[in-house]
Amino acid sequence: MKNPTLEPDILNRAGDNGWFYSDTVKDHFFNPRNFMRDESAYADAAMGMVGSPACGDAMKVWIRVDPATERIIDCKWKTFGCGSAIASTSMLSVMATENGGLTLDAARHLRPQDVTARLGGLPARKIHCSVLGDKALRAAVNDWYRRAGQLEKVEAEAGRVVDALTQVTDQDIEHAVLDGADTLEKLQAKLKVGIGNPACLPEVEQLLRFYTEKYFGKQ
Amino acid sequence: MQSIYLDHAATTPLDKRVLAAMLPFFTQTFGNPSSFHTPGLRAKEALAAARKSCATILNAHADEIVFTSGGTEADNLALMGVTRMATLYSLPSTLSHPHIIASAVEHPAVLEPLAALEKSGAIELTLLPVDKFGRVAPDDLVHALRPDTILVSIMYANNEIGTIEPIAEIGRLLLKWRKTHDTPYPYFHSDACQAAGALALDVEKSHVDLLALNGGKIYGPKGVGCLFVRRGLKLEPLVYGGGQERNLRSGTENVPGIVGFATALELVQAEKERENKRLTVLRDRLIQGLLKIPKTRLNGHPTERLPNNVNVSFMDIEGEAAVLYLDALGIFASTGSACASQTLDPSHVILATGMSYEAAHGSIRFTLGHGTKKTDIDYVLKVMPGIIEKLRHMSPVNLDMKYFR
Repeated sequence: MKNPTLEPDILNRAGDNGWFYSDTVKDHFFNPRNFMRDESAYADAAMGMVGSPACGDAMKVWIRVDPATERIIDCKWKTFGCGSAIASTSMLSVMATENGGLTLDAARHLRPQDVTARLGGLPARKIHCSVLGDKALRAAVNDWYRRAGQLEKVEAEAGRVVDALTQVTDQDIEHAVLDGADTLEKLQAKLKVGIGNPACLPEVEQLLRFYTEKYFGKQ
Repeated sequence: MQSIYLDHAATTPLDKRVLAAMLPFFTQTFGNPSSFHTPGLRAKEALAAARKSCATILNAHADEIVFTSGGTEADNLALMGVTRMATLYSLPSTLSHPHIIASAVEHPAVLEPLAALEKSGAIELTLLPVDKFGRVAPDDLVHALRPDTILVSIMYANNEIGTIEPIAEIGRLLLKWRKTHDTPYPYFHSDACQAAGALALDVEKSHVDLLALNGGKIYGPKGVGCLFVRRGLKLEPLVYGGGQERNLRSGTENVPGIVGFATALELVQAEKERENKRLTVLRDRLIQGLLKIPKTRLNGHPTERLPNNVNVSFMDIEGEAAVLYLDALGIFASTGSACASQTLDPSHVILATGMSYEAAHGSIRFTLGHGTKKTDIDYVLKVMPGIIEKLRHMSPVNLDMKYFR
């Protein structure tokens, strides 16, 4: 994941762990593509928003869709977040619109891992900064169907939302546990769940215990 | 490209005079101070001179200075050492879980060992809240004291927001409390790593029993520091071995490092009045300039702060992104944003001052130093509005200032 030939950009405030950003991440951070300059011109576009500044990342995505092909022809965004978060949303907007644009169905299946891979990887501890863009895009797709009057095609996020700020669901937690998150810290590193919204943590910890016991037996 | 280093609270460059003082001790006077021959004796003399010099600055005795591998080890030795000595030897068995008080804004070098002690069941821990400037109220501390409180740990000055804590007043109150309760406890420890370059360190005036210092923050070498341990105070060591440093810190002494540390401490303390005056002017120029940017707030105390510390929160943006843009322009600063930390939570210090998560995520710290010039400050002030504007332009967030006290 890390590219050892790159110079470190920055050290953390504890000063003990540098990280490396790929050239692609740096390029998208310093020269973000498709970011929203004039919201008033997009009042009629479909929009999705997820996250909050309290949890460290907030993303808003607007899409225009060709109704005949249901392909995304324009994708604009705004992001509150660190270098990884800005670069991830920028790359997401490129992936949504390149080669004639993603179909809405394909857009719904875009995963954060796909964006990270196109960025040339992110340092492991920055992965969590990239996990909200795809949700914002799915919310925008839903909004498009809603505006088009095709309510039967609106898909709620799978599972039940546990943390309203990050839209993390019980299913997200199940997948994260299967992915190796066996502590709250690891779960939060993957999902940002409960950051800035500690009220949901008791339920999160309960789900963590439940799925850990379900798949890995009692600890 | 220019290089404007404004992260002196993270670490300072080595003063060339310190380097010159250290150099002979690598290749010429390289002996082991414990050896009974001439090279060993020369090293021992250098060690004794360094110890004497540090003691003089602290208004302490030479035998009260224990050299360590830095501030973190000094803090750990103080906290773990007092706890283990008290629980192993001095306290009645009914007091097997003594009480320790620390402020909520301590450095991780203090909070983490205390958290570990608490988790292991060795102590009960009280973290004192701070006011909106990051200051501990001495009265709060007195209220938190209990008959089984063995140690109070309050930092001298905060590393993130620069706030200076009223340690002399706390020290006096603790003296009084011990007198009226006729007990040697609680001891008073202070982490002075950030303060050592700017503030007076007289332990008779601050009434501390333990004081941690670090070389890498005072233009000295990294990897060396010291702990002042008041006479009569017994500690259980962290490191056992050959019995160096009065049995409190075994291992052959880092003679070049210790010589460098003592030289650095002498220099910063001798030059602090003039340098503080110079830095305060630059600090206030930077603070005033940054606060002209809309939706900003100064973190920490406006006047009771280190002369080199500027910490400002910028609403609606995330600090790491701003630090990366600054880095690209050759300006090196740091942030209390979660994205720059190991945990996902933003700065515990800024949260403790009552600021929102949003504001803590947008904090940027500039810490000035010997090399900082007025032109550097003016350059930061020239580019900062553009960076903030660009990031705010990209941000979907536009919070009301009421969330931003």
